[in-house]
Amino acid sequence: MNRPRLAERPVPFSEETRTPTDWATPAMQARLRRRYAAERRFRRLGLAAVALSAGFLLFLLATMLAQGLSGFTETRLRVPVDLAAARLTVTPAQLSERRADLALAGAGLQAVVENAASRRYGAPALLSGGAWLRVRDAIKADPALLHRTATFDLPVSSALDLAAKGKGTPQATALVARLRAQGVLGRHLNLAFLTDADSTDPTRIGIWGAFLGSLLTLVVTLALAFPIGVLSALYLEEYAPRNRWTDLIEVSINNLAAVPSIIFGLLGLAVFLGTFGLPRSAPIVGGLTLALMTMPVIVIAGRNAIKAVPPSIRDGALAIGASPVQVVFHHVLPLALPGILTGTIIGMARALGETAPLLMIGMRAFIAAPPSGLTSPATVLPVQIFLWSDQVDRGFVEKTSAAIIVLLAFLLAMNGLAIYLRNRFETRW
Amino acid sequence: MTPSPSSPPKMTARDVCVAYGDKTAIDHVSIDIEQDRVIAFIGPSGCGKSTFLRTLNRMNDTIPSARVSGDIRLDGQDIYAPEMDVVQLRARVGMVFQKPNPFPKSIYENVAYGPRIHGLARGKAELDATVERSLTRAGLWNEVKDRLSDSGTALSGGQQQRLCIARAIAVDPEVILMDEPCSALDPIATAKIEELIHELRGRYAIAIVTHNMQQAARVSQRTAFFHLGTLVEYGATSDIFTNPRQERTKDYITGRYG
Repeated sequence: MNRPRLAERPVPFSEETRTPTDWATPAMQARLRRRYAAERRFRRLGLAAVALSAGFLLFLLATMLAQGLSGFTETRLRVPVDLAAARLTVTPAQLSERRADLALAGAGLQAVVENAASRRYGAPALLSGGAWLRVRDAIKADPALLHRTATFDLPVSSALDLAAKGKGTPQATALVARLRAQGVLGRHLNLAFLTDADSTDPTRIGIWGAFLGSLLTLVVTLALAFPIGVLSALYLEEYAPRNRWTDLIEVSINNLAAVPSIIFGLLGLAVFLGTFGLPRSAPIVGGLTLALMTMPVIVIAGRNAIKAVPPSIRDGALAIGASPVQVVFHHVLPLALPGILTGTIIGMARALGETAPLLMIGMRAFIAAPPSGLTSPATVLPVQIFLWSDQVDRGFVEKTSAAIIVLLAFLLAMNGLAIYLRNRFETRW
Repeated sequence: MTPSPSSPPKMTARDVCVAYGDKTAIDHVSIDIEQDRVIAFIGPSGCGKSTFLRTLNRMNDTIPSARVSGDIRLDGQDIYAPEMDVVQLRARVGMVFQKPNPFPKSIYENVAYGPRIHGLARGKAELDATVERSLTRAGLWNEVKDRLSDSGTALSGGQQQRLCIARAIAVDPEVILMDEPCSALDPIATAKIEELIHELRGRYAIAIVTHNMQQAARVSQRTAFFHLGTLVEYGATSDIFTNPRQERTKDYITGRYG
């Protein structure tokens, strides 16, 4: 028989031909089971991924805290110093002047203090190189001390400090045990670690110099990268025509965000130090270099945030006669700000953790004083951590971990502030 | 019904053509928009009625590929002339959009924004009065007077659309363009907007784009039927709906296509 003509063919889904779907067949049941299994598998994999990353984070934090927290403490030895017998040749007039430090150092206070400790406990080199400075500061505060015997709790040397924390050599550990038995050793908070700068003696180092260096560098970075990045993003999204030039600029910015940071260091070295002759190791140069690196990140995040502002808001503002600039600054920018801030946080966090470009512009030098301004020599926290991790003296190990804790705390504080700001500006539409 | 010679039309459009790139969206359309009257633009989707509406306050300027030719005048003044200030034009020719688009700010700020950027109110008291007057005229004052500092986006859809109308009339426009203002609203909210259009008619020239032919018949005095970018028929609403001259108009209003 010939094929039926079009009109005579049975209609595929007419009531007569339709058989109801049997959802209870074994094939259907198997499909259902497979679907549930896939669902469970996906959930478990996701949960495992989250648990793994949380585990890594906890491991990192726990390791750093376990190794680094002792870096915030110091061991002190109780030393009676007979300043009256020492007969230091300083006059009361000298003590009230600004040259008091020099006068006390010149009078041999360091030897007096160290000898007092050695004689009393019968061992050499008990005290930290900076111990006598505490005595000096006490005398400056109270000159009457010069005429009597005073007892001070003074930081001990690195070897003893390590032994007191259970990581010392056998000799040092024995000495610590003897001193402990006399009840003259104590564990104190090391506030100097938070207020001093770098040193060659691990008992005298502090993080403040690097902290301030990081802060100044980031201020420069933020002050340059944020406005330039936001204005570029606004211009490219709201004003620039779509043509080959803006396409080229877009591609360039995307590529710039992916350039390895050491290249920016070389650029900074060549341009800011070489051409403009700015000072080496200065926070301003570090900030300029990191701004070059951070800006593309802010531009990209900013453009995405601006794109996400609904066009109906722009139309509404334009239709009541707002000028393009008013539309941008009254409506688009406030609505895009949370997204822009998120991008800025990512960029700034990366800048805070950056080491490589700063090595190229000389921020890895040994700098024993906190920076006094944007052009004075400084180092930054990650570079300081790198420098300390490279030291031979075992006293630097716990200080390195302590510095990492400070860096992480800085990062958390920065992110916390940014999240607060973002939530404050968040609006819904 | 032709405009009486004593009152010239508020806006005139002559031989207006709009193209997006190579594609012609509007082909030689000539329409008058008269004071104290409502004109409705009807037609199937994509026929160019919204495009035409947006030429009247130059909102098409925001679309880079759009080119407009022809002659559009507001009180005899060419609105596409180089000396025309587009910011002032849009303050004089307000617009309400299809989807309610209040700013994500307070109700008060939504209405006060226009007068503030144009410097229309001196001092807080005058601004307060403008906000109250605009909200009252938009029929929203009694519903929101106790919560002016609440977000405009927290209102219901119909209230949001009336807020947008209040925002448009706060800058004291002469013409109000409405682009399918009720298409996102339920019948009750729609009825309120239509009632509002009736009340606003005595004060402003109004042009409304609508998909709903009953709505066009209810609110407008004149109707223009667009099809495929051309103006097919244009006349008194009663004539268009009861006695269309063109076959295409008749087919459309009887639901043959569209």
